Parts: sequence; C-alpha cells; structure tokens
Amino acid sequence: MTIRLNGSGHETKAETIGGLLNELGIPPDRVAVEQNSKIVKRVDVETTTISEGDVIEIVNFVGGG
Amino acid sequence: MDDRLVIRGIEFNSRLWVGTGKYKDFEQTAKAIEASGADVVTVAVRRVNITDRNSPNLLDYIDPKRYKILPNTAGCYTVEDALRYARLAREAGVSDLIKLEVIGDEKTLFPDVIGLLRATEILAKEGFIVFPYTNDDPIMAKRLEDAGAAAVMPLGAPIGSGLGIRNPYNIKIILEFAKVPVIVDAGVGTASDATIAMELGCDAVLINTAIAGAKDPIAMAEAMKHATIAGRLAYKAGRIAKKLYATASSPYDGMLT
Repeated sequence: MTIRLNGSGHETKAETIGGLLNELGIPPDRVAVEQNSKIVKRVDVETTTISEGDVIEIVNFVGGG
Repeated sequence: MDDRLVIRGIEFNSRLWVGTGKYKDFEQTAKAIEASGADVVTVAVRRVNITDRNSPNLLDYIDPKRYKILPNTAGCYTVEDALRYARLAREAGVSDLIKLEVIGDEKTLFPDVIGLLRATEILAKEGFIVFPYTNDDPIMAKRLEDAGAAAVMPLGAPIGSGLGIRNPYNIKIILEFAKVPVIVDAGVGTASDATIAMELGCDAVLINTAIAGAKDPIAMAEAMKHATIAGRLAYKAGRIAKKLYATASSPYDGMLT
C-alpha cells in the first residue's frame, strides 16, 4: 500500500507501525512516530495498524541549540 | 562546598549547558561537549532521514545515559507546532525536559512571548519540565514562572549573534524577581560573555554557536567551561564596589621621609 511518509509517497508491505520501522531498519527506541497527526505511544507501536493513505511522520533528535 | 544546580530535583553537574547544532560532524560535537564539561545538551527534533538509513545518529555520539538531553522546539512559530514538537520529543523517550521556543520572527528569532506563555502553561500541566526561551523582560519571566516554568531562559542577545549580554541590568532584575533558576540562553559570543552572565548571578548559561562556530570549537568549549566556573566563583565571592577614584593597595606607613 502507499502511505505518505515524512512528506513523500512511500510503498510499504508493513501492516503496523512496528512493522514499518522494522522494514525501514529504524530502531524504535530513539524515534517518535505520528500517524495522521496523532502521536503513536511507544507501547502501541507494535499493535497500531497502518492503512492506505496514512500520513506518517518519524522523527528523531538531531543537532540543535 | 557543594554548589550544584538543582532544578525540580534534578542535579546538574555543570552550570554550562551546550547545544549540538552547527558542528562539522558528530565526532567534533562529541569532543567539544566533552571539553566543555557540560552535562546538559540541547537537541532538535526533525524527520528521520529515510533515504539514507545508514546516516549516523546523534545519540550514538552523545550518550543519553551520560548526558541530560534537553530537546528544543526550535523552528516553531506557533503554539500548536511547539506543542507538537514537545510531545514528539517526550515520546522519543529520553526525558520530560523541554527547551520551549515559540519564535516570533525569522530575522531576529526573538520569542513570541504571548505564544510562549500559553505553550508553557499547557506543557507544564502535562507534566513537562519546561525551560522557556524568553526575552530579557523581567515581567515576562515572572509570568512564565507563574505559568509553571521550571526555569526561565532569557536571551543575552539574538540567537547566534555573539553580541553578548546586551542588557545586564534587565538580567539582574529578572534574577531579583525570579524564584526559579535563570539560565541565559543565546547571545554569548566569547568566554567573557559567559563570565558576565554568571557574575550577574545567573544559575547557568546555554551556549551553542559561540562554541560550534569558533575556529577551534574544542578549545572554545574548554574556554567556556573555565569562564562559567570563574563567573560563578566571582559571583559567590562577592565583587568589590565600583568607585570613581583610586584607593592605594600599598600602605603609606613606613614610607621614606
């Protein structure tokens, strides 16, 4: 299915947020995820399902002042 | 004598706090922070690089077990955006600390204090330990304190300007008014600026550009460490009053006639 990931179209086979992170090779412990403008709680990452057209943002910490 | 800064039960081992922006690479960031002796480091919240998944992660170089990570809401111009970034930062799982920025203008990066006050109120109620980046305005500092800020962070000068502490008298008044710690954030250009902030009685000073942008960031980080300690010691020691005329340091007694 196609989702919008970090501002761009993205094809994924993952069914959950946890599956998506795994597919992308992103360790879940240092990121935060937003699905359709709602934060996905860390404890819910594995069980939260993804649907076609979902808008997903994955953020982490970068250098800043 | 233990002169450690404590905020909301959190003990801080250094009164110099440092940012992690604008460094050449993460290796230089890590070395400069090490040299600064800081135990608080600020970070920004941004999208993960999806296209280059092997790109290094800041937290591989700055160990969250060793340093207190203080995420910021830099780049946020509205209350809604600042809340969104703050909540994401907390969910990223390092801490409840947030350096709250609600920016009012691109050219000056001065804070939008009306938005800042609202965001401080909301986040404090949600259990965040809020460090708002504010103007050097004593009344605003008081309002932020009343809204639940854990400390106030008045600017010395615009972010990245290196102009130093432009209004030390206002900072002094903020210090007199505030019951929460006061941390000068932004404007420091060189070591003496950090010393001035600390001599005024500030509880800490936060520096990024003055270190990262120096010709030798690691040497400047060390300079800032000593400058902060010197300023704090001088403040505690109590400086002499300024006088217009001289007073001799050597006695007149025993002079040849």
